[in-house]
Amino acid sequence: MTHPFLALTDSDRDEMLGTIGVATVDELFRDLPEGIRLGRELDLEPALSEQEVFAHVAELAERNADASRELCFLGAGMYDHYVPAVVDAVLQRGELLTAYTPYQPEMSQGVLQAIFEYQTAVCELTGMDVSNASGYDGTSVAADACYVAKHATGRDRIVVTEATNPQVRQVVKTYATGFGLEVVEVAHRGGTTDPGELERAAADAAAVIFQQPNFFGCLEPAPELVAAAAEAGALPVAHVDLLSLGVLEAPGRYGAALALGEGQSAGNFPSFGGPNYGFLAARQEFIRRMPGRIVGETVDTAGERGYVLTLQTREQHIRREKATSNITTNQTLLALGGLVYLTWLGPQGLRELGETCLSLAAYAKQRLAERAGVEPVFATQTTFKEFAVRVGRNAREVVAAARERGVHPGYALGRDYEGMDDVLLVAVTERRTPEEIDRLADVLAEVAG
Amino acid sequence: MAPAESYPDDLKYHEEHDWARVEGEEAVLGITWFAADALGELVHFEPPEVGSTVTKGQSYGEVESVKAVSDLIAPLSGEVVEVNQQVVDAPETVNEDAYGNGWLIRIRVGEPGEAASLLDAAAYRQLLESQ
Amino acid sequence: MKLIYEKSQSGRRASALPRHESLTPPPELPEELRRSEPPRLPEVPEFELVRHFTELSTRNFGVDTGFYPLGSCTMKYNPRINERLAALPGFARLHPLQEEEGAQGALELMWRLQEILAEVTGLHAVSLQPAAGSQGELTGLLLVRAYFAARGEAEQRRKVVIPDTAHGTNPASVTMAGYELTPVRTDARGNIDVDDLRGKVDEHTAALMLTNPSTLGLFDENIEEIERIFHGAGALMYYDGANLNAVCGISRPGDMGFDIVHINLHKTFSQPHGGGGPGGGPVAVRDILEPFLPVPAVVRREEGGFGLDYGRPQTIGKVRGFTGPFGVFVRSYAFFRMWGPRLREMSEAAVLNANYVLARLKEAYDLPFDRLCMHEFVVSARSLKKQHGCTALDVAKRLMDYGFHPPTIYFPLIVPEALMIEPTETEAKETLDAFCDAMLAIAREAADEPELLQEAPHRRPVKRLDEVRAAKHPVVTYGFGEHPQPDVEPAPASTQAPTGV
Repeated sequence: MTHPFLALTDSDRDEMLGTIGVATVDELFRDLPEGIRLGRELDLEPALSEQEVFAHVAELAERNADASRELCFLGAGMYDHYVPAVVDAVLQRGELLTAYTPYQPEMSQGVLQAIFEYQTAVCELTGMDVSNASGYDGTSVAADACYVAKHATGRDRIVVTEATNPQVRQVVKTYATGFGLEVVEVAHRGGTTDPGELERAAADAAAVIFQQPNFFGCLEPAPELVAAAAEAGALPVAHVDLLSLGVLEAPGRYGAALALGEGQSAGNFPSFGGPNYGFLAARQEFIRRMPGRIVGETVDTAGERGYVLTLQTREQHIRREKATSNITTNQTLLALGGLVYLTWLGPQGLRELGETCLSLAAYAKQRLAERAGVEPVFATQTTFKEFAVRVGRNAREVVAAARERGVHPGYALGRDYEGMDDVLLVAVTERRTPEEIDRLADVLAEVAG
Repeated sequence: MAPAESYPDDLKYHEEHDWARVEGEEAVLGITWFAADALGELVHFEPPEVGSTVTKGQSYGEVESVKAVSDLIAPLSGEVVEVNQQVVDAPETVNEDAYGNGWLIRIRVGEPGEAASLLDAAAYRQLLESQ
Repeated sequence: MKLIYEKSQSGRRASALPRHESLTPPPELPEELRRSEPPRLPEVPEFELVRHFTELSTRNFGVDTGFYPLGSCTMKYNPRINERLAALPGFARLHPLQEEEGAQGALELMWRLQEILAEVTGLHAVSLQPAAGSQGELTGLLLVRAYFAARGEAEQRRKVVIPDTAHGTNPASVTMAGYELTPVRTDARGNIDVDDLRGKVDEHTAALMLTNPSTLGLFDENIEEIERIFHGAGALMYYDGANLNAVCGISRPGDMGFDIVHINLHKTFSQPHGGGGPGGGPVAVRDILEPFLPVPAVVRREEGGFGLDYGRPQTIGKVRGFTGPFGVFVRSYAFFRMWGPRLREMSEAAVLNANYVLARLKEAYDLPFDRLCMHEFVVSARSLKKQHGCTALDVAKRLMDYGFHPPTIYFPLIVPEALMIEPTETEAKETLDAFCDAMLAIAREAADEPELLQEAPHRRPVKRLDEVRAAKHPVVTYGFGEHPQPDVEPAPASTQAPTGV
């Protein structure tokens, strides 16, 4: 019986078995002891045709309230930014989509040059000297940074601000168990971190991780936090949003040792959590401690410019147990989406996008206060595209009630922070319009306490 | 053009393909032609700090080619008094001249008796043949 | 070819963004937080953008382009239906923090995928969270830690046993998980050296990490004995699923005695490799390890419907954001549904194809272990090197001229001049024959005209690239005004790292 993903005819099979010198396909498995064989058919539902699979899986997709069906003000780490058609067009090129890690550079100049261009974009945005070809996501790259800091400083403590994305903190803690690192959190004071408090916590720390804008959407006094970390001899690590870097200062400019973050905002769909990409960039001095792939420029035997994977002695396939990381498969395709997206935006577009987010978020804050009587929690803080509001009753109930009216109003911060059960984190991207924001305000006026 | 295989008689050898040239109270350390050839052209030398101590049989640094990384095993114990900056700047010097300009570090010998346990050139050659 | 930055002209752009004239200008940012210099992103119109990346794609080779027998990477055809499904707005635009009631379709898909993976691996519980195989490995080792910590054996069991044929990710994961490495040798038949093993497994051993079939493409004939040794010592067994494509529906890691498995969805279950990723590295475990799995768990609710369960007090925590790379799950789920119980035929075809290529190549290349192989095999160019001065690297580069992607080379490390070939099941006999003909022709060329190999490739967009120069003087970003101009001094013949895993 044929299958769309096989080419074997009966005569092919007979001829191939003859060349091998066995009578049956079963004989090819003679090295498997009897006792460990399955000896029955897999208990799976019968095979379907493509058309049937499409119908079944599309029906599952229909049952989700995605951002095309529900007005979305959810953020908290992933955002409903617009992804232009050129991203899809490039990522669906089979030569890029179905290639693997460019170990053979002569077969892979397309991907290699694209990664080189991506590294350049990340370094331009963050003000760093070196970027890798991507990490898994915005959480795992933070754990990567801890490994870099542990080896660079010889210290065994990590400080992370409480205003950093809770998932980032959770993943850092998970990895820290294996790394032999202690993780200490520094509380926020009114929505941002106090540099003095941070400096005291950072004594003897390998790294200080903070987020800018932070999880509440507030702008941290980032240059002061970096200075506080550096004063304590810890590596300052900035977790940033690429899309904010048209209007916000590059972390390299204010002295961060590493800059990293979640790339989804820039060129990936939220896709229920992935795949997406984490970016990781550092100052030159850490180049040999970087995890993962790095592409470098060189020349070929004819003197023509070309690109190769470089400094591979850092990596697991050569340095094995002493490698800077175990990562091999990364998120190149999604990072390529990031490069295409950032190219699409250009410097002007990036700045405009940042300004639009700022304007819309400011408008939203004002409308929510005016129409729904919902006030910002950290009223004196400057925010970027996200802000926290008190909704006067349990925020999860507010979410449920608003969803019945076709609006997802945001993330209930009580899920992660004590004493914030009545706080909603509202994200406003350039995809939202003033009219949609008014609609949110109207709905909150109905459902907030 | 890489030089031909050689193992000078005035050196002492460690089985991990490292050599030592004892000069009074000091010794110069490096890697053998065999090691340099196996690694290929060196692109990086990670030296120890001057003033640190090295211990016989243990790693005191690393050398890298594009395809491999190798620990540098100390043939003798002692304190590092000098690092060969020429190799830091141009690691391929080791491939070009493993026993001359391609030396790696100079130490003040800590345990003079240790040298006796190292191989002479003939014994090292024999070791290579047996591998 | 120019870089996108070299095509940039100030004042051009590909994007137009919505304008909201009614809005007041953005609030002023504090000066110390405000961007001081704009990033030098490319400035190009949309059509130049598309042409640039299209040209890049023509300088790249994927499974869609041709045969890609990169050993240990399972470069099989990626069905196009996967892409259509993953792009449905109900998936692509679904926020990961959507309430359970608003994500029932996605949660059901994940739950169903977990059930399928449990059946295929022969294990009890699955976490889809890890982003790739190596993160699955780390997750697995952290599960081992948590398991022994709960039994009060954390301090006692510090060692993880790994054979010398293992992927580099295994030892790297061991260090990252805070364990010590115990290497074990391979015997003359290509199995783990059981005598060597016996002396190394004791009450200090936490686990074995094993790829089976191994990176030599050989199924370990002593797997039952190995299982007795580890479980007898109270240790756990970890299965690196990189080579699962060999045994689906034939033998399951759980049946072999393994307690923890990671599955590479991008290898065996058709997530496109994307030039390096994304991947998916779900972990399946025996029941004794379920309490330690990452949170949240995707569960079926007793009252109906599906949900996320954070109530695992003994969990190792989270290894990745949210619940994993969901788009990868959509693709693999679709793939499973198109195979169903016939999955066994997939592995049978993969093993048949590999043995056929092996049978045709053994006359011209050295075979370190003369056995039937599983889904891949390793030959050596040692004789070509000795007799004609042509290395595995030269063979690989010459294959490019014949229109094939080279195999993995210089891996596993225990085979000199290794060429690791994995045809996968999605190739026609004609393609396999053309590849074998090319390999045999190359072996003849090595004897008659070795420069053809040593100077290859001759028909790619670039010739051999100077990796030494790239490593010595790393240029890892475009330097704009100060970017080094390519000089005309040609690169010397290159050397190459182990590739492909």
